[in-house]
Amino acid sequence: MSLSVAPFVISLVLANRIRRYVKVNKLPVWEKQIKYVLFFSIFLFTTEVILSAFDVTKWIWHVYLIALIIFSLQQKEFRVLRMFIAAFIPYEIVELFSDLAQVINADFFNTNEVYFKNATYLTYIWLIAILYSQNRQFKAAEKDRIKRQQEDELNRAIAIRKVELEGLVAERTAELTEQKEELEHALYELRTTQSQLIQSEKMASLGELTAGIAHEIQNPLNFVNNFSEVNAELIEEMKQEIDKGNMEEVKVIADDIALNEQKITQHGKRADAIVKGMLQHSRTSSGIKEPTNINTLADEYLRLAYHGLRAKDKSFNATMKTDFDETIGMINVISQDIGRVILNLITNAFYAVNEKKQQHPAGYEPTVSLITKKTETNILITVQDNGNGIPKAALDKIFQPFFTTKPSGQGTGLGLSMSYEIITKAHGGELKVESNEGEGAEFTIILPV
Amino acid sequence: MKVKVLSLQLYCQFKTNIHPMKILVVDDERDIQTLFEQRFRKEIKEKHIEFVFAFSGEEALTYLEQNEHEVVIILSDINMPGMSGLELLRHIKQRYLKPPPIVMMITAYGDAENYNTAKLLGADDFLTKPVDFNLLKEKFKL
Repeated sequence: MSLSVAPFVISLVLANRIRRYVKVNKLPVWEKQIKYVLFFSIFLFTTEVILSAFDVTKWIWHVYLIALIIFSLQQKEFRVLRMFIAAFIPYEIVELFSDLAQVINADFFNTNEVYFKNATYLTYIWLIAILYSQNRQFKAAEKDRIKRQQEDELNRAIAIRKVELEGLVAERTAELTEQKEELEHALYELRTTQSQLIQSEKMASLGELTAGIAHEIQNPLNFVNNFSEVNAELIEEMKQEIDKGNMEEVKVIADDIALNEQKITQHGKRADAIVKGMLQHSRTSSGIKEPTNINTLADEYLRLAYHGLRAKDKSFNATMKTDFDETIGMINVISQDIGRVILNLITNAFYAVNEKKQQHPAGYEPTVSLITKKTETNILITVQDNGNGIPKAALDKIFQPFFTTKPSGQGTGLGLSMSYEIITKAHGGELKVESNEGEGAEFTIILPV
Repeated sequence: MKVKVLSLQLYCQFKTNIHPMKILVVDDERDIQTLFEQRFRKEIKEKHIEFVFAFSGEEALTYLEQNEHEVVIILSDINMPGMSGLELLRHIKQRYLKPPPIVMMITAYGDAENYNTAKLLGADDFLTKPVDFNLLKEKFKL
């Protein structure tokens, strides 16, 4: 009695190999069917053992194995396994042939049993060799697969990280955008505040000028009034002379009236110019450059500043020296802004000499000089004073906004920073300062021609 | 004040009998000359009065140094570039003692501080701009 161990093991090996393949390649439909195959093999073998019906079952094994081999060879899903499945064919053929030979021609079988046995062994060796090589290939493929899987996992992890990072970037971008908007808003508010401050600085300097302006207007108005009174008198006189028939005298009087009339117009225009200048000073800058007589402009603001300070502080007095280069002629500047700068420098100079005078009352002669000069490439406007000068430590800061050495409430700290902006930014010039502490300061506006 | 003005009037009357009364006008406004000359045209023509003009405190002092005893009355603006009217007043009152000219201060600012300083420095009279010429004539009593 010999049990069908070989077909049983072979069916198990075949089924198991397919099962592994199915598992790895995720074909769940087949998994169940392979389970049935395995169960059937076990069932068949068990039945065989229990009933000891080897003679019957060995045929069932043959049919079963052949069916199994042919069926699995036909399946497209198992294409890769064909070589492996085919390895079972020689064994099955030899076995079937030897079994058939036994039944059909026992003599033939008996005489050639050795050959049959050897052929069976050969098919075993063949099968094992194929299985071995297949197993190696399978393992290599498995390794490859695992490697690929790891790569996939890595890629997936990278993809996840990428998404996370993109999320983070988006979050940061949103934060930055928000911050940018906040900053833009802050900048806008600062700009608004700055323009308000510039306006208040203008108004502050206008306030300083008020007394000077009043004085400057009062004088021409006095002349207008006085000369028109004189003319009224002269007309009366002229009538009397006409009555007397003294035509020579009438002519003389008429000439005087004409002269006075000229004076009235002249002083009226002077007052008019001052009022216009004042209005212009308080208005927002036009930003338009126009031909301007720098000397006239400088002189005008020198007078305004002087009278302004004089009106505020009666004891104040200073020698004003002017040295105007008459060859300058007209140059293109934003006259209103340049006027503001000159005014600022002069006001500062007067303030400085006044401070020093209060400290050294005896023997000190406060002097402010205003000098214009034309060089080949530039126009220089220099404001000098012999006041206390600027301390070295402050020299670097004087053009910074809100820096002031004046007691709080007396200066906005914007005068020089605005002047600096006007000269450098709007006119492409330079504003230079030189100072020896205790000896005075000298500011020079350098304008390109 | 009244006593001073009265004495000034008497003094002027006394002086005009001999030769024209010389008045030095100090102001940085040049047109003041035309104005005074026309306002006082009759007086000038009749040689009751003679005007001399200086356009700064310094110029006035130079003139006074050269013509010490001629000027009887000085009319000075306070607010001038350079030497102010008040400084001029101080110089005059310190240096020209015999006979001291009469100094009348004129200012655009009719404020108490200028007035008090001028008084303290010995100003004989104080006028505010715009000058009332009728009042000035009264003061000269011409």
